[in-house]
Amino acid sequence: METKTVISTENLTKRFGDFTAVNEITFDVKSGEIFGFLGANGAGKTTAMRMLCGLSNPTSGKANIAGFDVYRQTEKIKRNIGYMSQKFSLYEDLTILENIRFYGGIYGMDRKSIKAKSVELVEQLGLKEEATKLVRSLPLGWKQKLAFSVAIFHEPKIVFLDEPTGGVDPVTRRQFWDLIYAAAERGITVFVTTHYMDEAEYCNRISMMVDGYIKALDSPANLKKQFGASNMDEVFYQLARGAKRNL
Amino acid sequence: MADVILQNITKTYNKGETRAVNDVSFAVEKGELFGLIGPDGAGKTSIFRILSTLLLADSGTAKVNGFDVVKDYRSIRNQVGYMPGKFSLYQDLTVEENLSFFATVFNSTIEENYGLIKDIYVQIEPFKTRRAGKLSGGMKQKLALCCALIHRPTVLFLDEPTTGVDAVSRKEFWEMLKRLKEQGITILVSTPYMDEATLCERIALIQNGSVISIGTPENIISHFPKKLLSAKSGQMSRLLTHIRQFPETASCFSFGDAHHVTFSENKNQMNELLVFLKTKNHHDVEIKEITPTIEDCFIDLMK
Repeated sequence: METKTVISTENLTKRFGDFTAVNEITFDVKSGEIFGFLGANGAGKTTAMRMLCGLSNPTSGKANIAGFDVYRQTEKIKRNIGYMSQKFSLYEDLTILENIRFYGGIYGMDRKSIKAKSVELVEQLGLKEEATKLVRSLPLGWKQKLAFSVAIFHEPKIVFLDEPTGGVDPVTRRQFWDLIYAAAERGITVFVTTHYMDEAEYCNRISMMVDGYIKALDSPANLKKQFGASNMDEVFYQLARGAKRNL
Repeated sequence: MADVILQNITKTYNKGETRAVNDVSFAVEKGELFGLIGPDGAGKTSIFRILSTLLLADSGTAKVNGFDVVKDYRSIRNQVGYMPGKFSLYQDLTVEENLSFFATVFNSTIEENYGLIKDIYVQIEPFKTRRAGKLSGGMKQKLALCCALIHRPTVLFLDEPTTGVDAVSRKEFWEMLKRLKEQGITILVSTPYMDEATLCERIALIQNGSVISIGTPENIISHFPKKLLSAKSGQMSRLLTHIRQFPETASCFSFGDAHHVTFSENKNQMNELLVFLKTKNHHDVEIKEITPTIEDCFIDLMK
């Protein structure tokens, strides 16, 4: 099977005045890959992610997302990616079906496929009985699973997940990763940040940002070997301990 | 006598529709570092708000420092430090102004109790003229802790102080808590991160408003009712699917680089499982018995 590169950056940089938030980062992510984007607080992850999503213009460097340029084709990027923030962002006072229809519409899907796919989705999630209930009434774990499903409802090439499992109970957290695996198997590239180091193990490859730079990038197994560590927690600790911005 | 005592505390919202805290009882001893461990929506924040006299329970009684949370709320407010989960300092005051404000409100000065916060404050002191709203997450957290301590409380309530904080800063934060404990301050702290449970002397695991287990971390782990196995191979995703297909498997969850497995009726089916996996073309599986973590216990108790 041919694997395409769907995210490609070269010396991507973002400066705010004399502060360099993201400093010449260069990396590629392949189609269907689960890519963990890790780093200490203040390392520059959010700024980098905003550039990759077409929400913030880089200061210099190159980046191509799903075949589109981050300087000139930001609107095309937005149509071809999904995004889920840690903060729950579905409409609490719309029903489950209404939320799905709304997001499908925003991404320009036609009525017919929205209708067919939404029925399919609520069945898959086991939410058939709840489909016409307000999202507000759902338990938190379900909300997160629904938010993820909505983020990939328009079959984007890439989905960006910003700490999707923060505060979620241990079983739901694992069920959430089942959904991530299923999406990756369908060919959707998953770009994910997390503070749970056990979740770093579930990624195909990991990048570690420290003070604006990517300090390490490899599979979890290779990173553990490289740093002589028995788990990802130790790898992270060794890399982030020296961070200057990590206050 | 215990510093914090809850007896059958229940709290509902939406006219009784949502049961946030359900008949919760526990006690925190003087000078103890006690953890309230559970996911979002477990009822942790409601418990903190009841104990810090900001919220009335529907039923049950609670005491802090021997004072009743309803009758003696004024005395309690003078003696406890409370760091809410949401950053609640004044964003448009500087670091130093915030600290000085909280000292003054409690009829104290920064100098009077500087010894208590010195370790933490020196880390943010270079930014003392910066507005609180402009601080990074880690610095905000340290300032909030300083402000909760500046009147030298006897009891400290910390609601999810490490949420959204990276692994290194979390480690440092727990070291700070240990030092505060050594100064004799009673600490009740909540967290959704199960790996932080072992840093507490005693913990209560809480879910959907109810305490599902209470004790020292070692004690809770020793009560794990089943044998626990860890399984690894070169194909972790397929391995998970196939272990779950094995008829005697009771549970199988991913834990970082291994899957944790329990069997029904607590039989040791390790060899049978290996044979079963061979029929599914797994030839490099490593299985061994392991000691459960708090997260294993939590998952088991959730059912």
